[in-house]
Amino acid sequence: MTDPVEELVGGPRLIGPPRSPRSREEGARGALIAAASTVIFLGVALWVILTSEAWPAVQRQFFNWDRMVESFPDIAGGFWLDIRLFLLAEVLILTISLVIAMIRSLRGPAFFPLRALAITFIDLIRGVPIILLILLLGFGVPALQLPGVPRSAIFWGLTALVISYSAYTAEVYRAGIESVHESQRMSARSLGLTQIQALRYVIVPQAIRNVIPALLNGFVSLQKDVALVFVLGIREGVREADIYAARTFNYSGYVTATILFLLVSVPVARFTDWYTDRDRRRKQAVSN
Amino acid sequence: MRSSTWAKFLILLVAFAMLAAACGDSDGDSGASGSCEFEELELVTEGKLTVATGEPAFPPWVGDNDGNGFDDPTSKLGFEAGIVYALAEELGFAEADVVWVRTDFFDAIAPGPKDWDFNIQQYSITADRDEIMDFSDPYYTTRQALVLYPDSPFAGATSTDDLKDAILGAAIGTTSLDFIEDVIKPDTDPNVYDENVDLEAAMNAGQIDGLVVDLPAAYYITAAQVEGSIIAGQFEAEAAAPDEYGMLFAEGNTLVGCINDALETIKDSGKLQELEDTYLTQGGGIPTISD
Repeated sequence: MTDPVEELVGGPRLIGPPRSPRSREEGARGALIAAASTVIFLGVALWVILTSEAWPAVQRQFFNWDRMVESFPDIAGGFWLDIRLFLLAEVLILTISLVIAMIRSLRGPAFFPLRALAITFIDLIRGVPIILLILLLGFGVPALQLPGVPRSAIFWGLTALVISYSAYTAEVYRAGIESVHESQRMSARSLGLTQIQALRYVIVPQAIRNVIPALLNGFVSLQKDVALVFVLGIREGVREADIYAARTFNYSGYVTATILFLLVSVPVARFTDWYTDRDRRRKQAVSN
Repeated sequence: MRSSTWAKFLILLVAFAMLAAACGDSDGDSGASGSCEFEELELVTEGKLTVATGEPAFPPWVGDNDGNGFDDPTSKLGFEAGIVYALAEELGFAEADVVWVRTDFFDAIAPGPKDWDFNIQQYSITADRDEIMDFSDPYYTTRQALVLYPDSPFAGATSTDDLKDAILGAAIGTTSLDFIEDVIKPDTDPNVYDENVDLEAAMNAGQIDGLVVDLPAAYYITAAQVEGSIIAGQFEAEAAAPDEYGMLFAEGNTLVGCINDALETIKDSGKLQELEDTYLTQGGGIPTISD
């Protein structure tokens, strides 16, 4: 994210909280305070939890190390399916939604039907809960028994995810496209580029750069929503944890699954922040 | 403090309060009275026997009087509803004092105090589960059965070996699922669904070749839930342990002993057998699938 004030004045801001690097001592003192308050807060929270009367029961049913170990192989196997599903889905989503966003950004009356189609698709799909889409496609389409149409639950679960997320992601792209200044479009057109070429070579590259954080955010969200395909009987990570819990009445498998999901999503979140920061610094370097 | 610091501070406070609330005390008292005199029974509601079952509750476990055919335990129809009223009578409750509540499979096993005395919805008794909850003595022992459409390539299966290539389905939390994995051991892992209704959808979508359920449920599914489906057979083999259903109690509940005594009484009097004969006619005509 850029600092709008800095952009306006073309230099460091002189109002509001200073953004200048702090002195060494200040930084060290801040770090100490932060560390101390964290330790105190966590300490108190843990003390309250661990001394509560019901904690042993909760520990036995949620944080039972042996159970977590015992459930790990099945859950990890299911989680591997989750990972493959969301990687494949993400590639499809980024591609399809970009096409939809570009269609939506075309100007001129001749393209009206295409624009209307894109808008209708986005509105309809965004209005349907993703779980319903998965159920409708996963159980509904194969039940039609059309020749040549795949019946696989995984195929339709993936399709539902891709359709749903593409509608959202198309809107993210569109925000990016609209954030590129109109003069860029005009310049490109005045050089003799067609509308499509202008989008492809001038506008979209800038647009994508503006919305990469939002795209990564969608990526983190998709990672978790992939688990919803369990309603079709697919045994991904969360479902394996469910099965383990139903079999043993022990929820420790859910904790195992949570840890696995976090191991993937936290690095992505950190990467997003790092990338956004780097991008801002570069832009500032340019504007200074 | 700047306003943002205040906000952080407030958020911490709120989080802290929520934690504290979440860790409220639970009453872990279990006055081991051991007496089954009506006045001394330990109940969640004084003078009432509060029984939990699933929603919807299906025949042959729970029936009804007014045409729906299911989900009204107060009708006293159905094997499990019948048992509950028979036990209540043994313990000295009037029929009107039997109160039904609904829980799903997972609600029942969450830690914390329960708002029911016991839960009856075909919970299979296993050692793992017994660590977390308490079970009554078994009230029914079942076999597993295979349900499919007559045109399925596996309709003629006579042994579990014939099912190696089948893609099977089972409902979550059932012994049927363990049975598929431990006894049939098909090449493809079975699919797992929340409800028998989803099993039906998956069968219609051609995503599974057949489903494994306990025999009484198989009767109901073929008769009322999945039109055109048949019971291809009941399995001769039993999983590692016989599949026995028990009533589920919070751990340390003192009512278990009294319920077990009452269960013993209705077993001896033939009442339990009578209920079984009424609702769970064991299929003479169902072919057996050998091990």
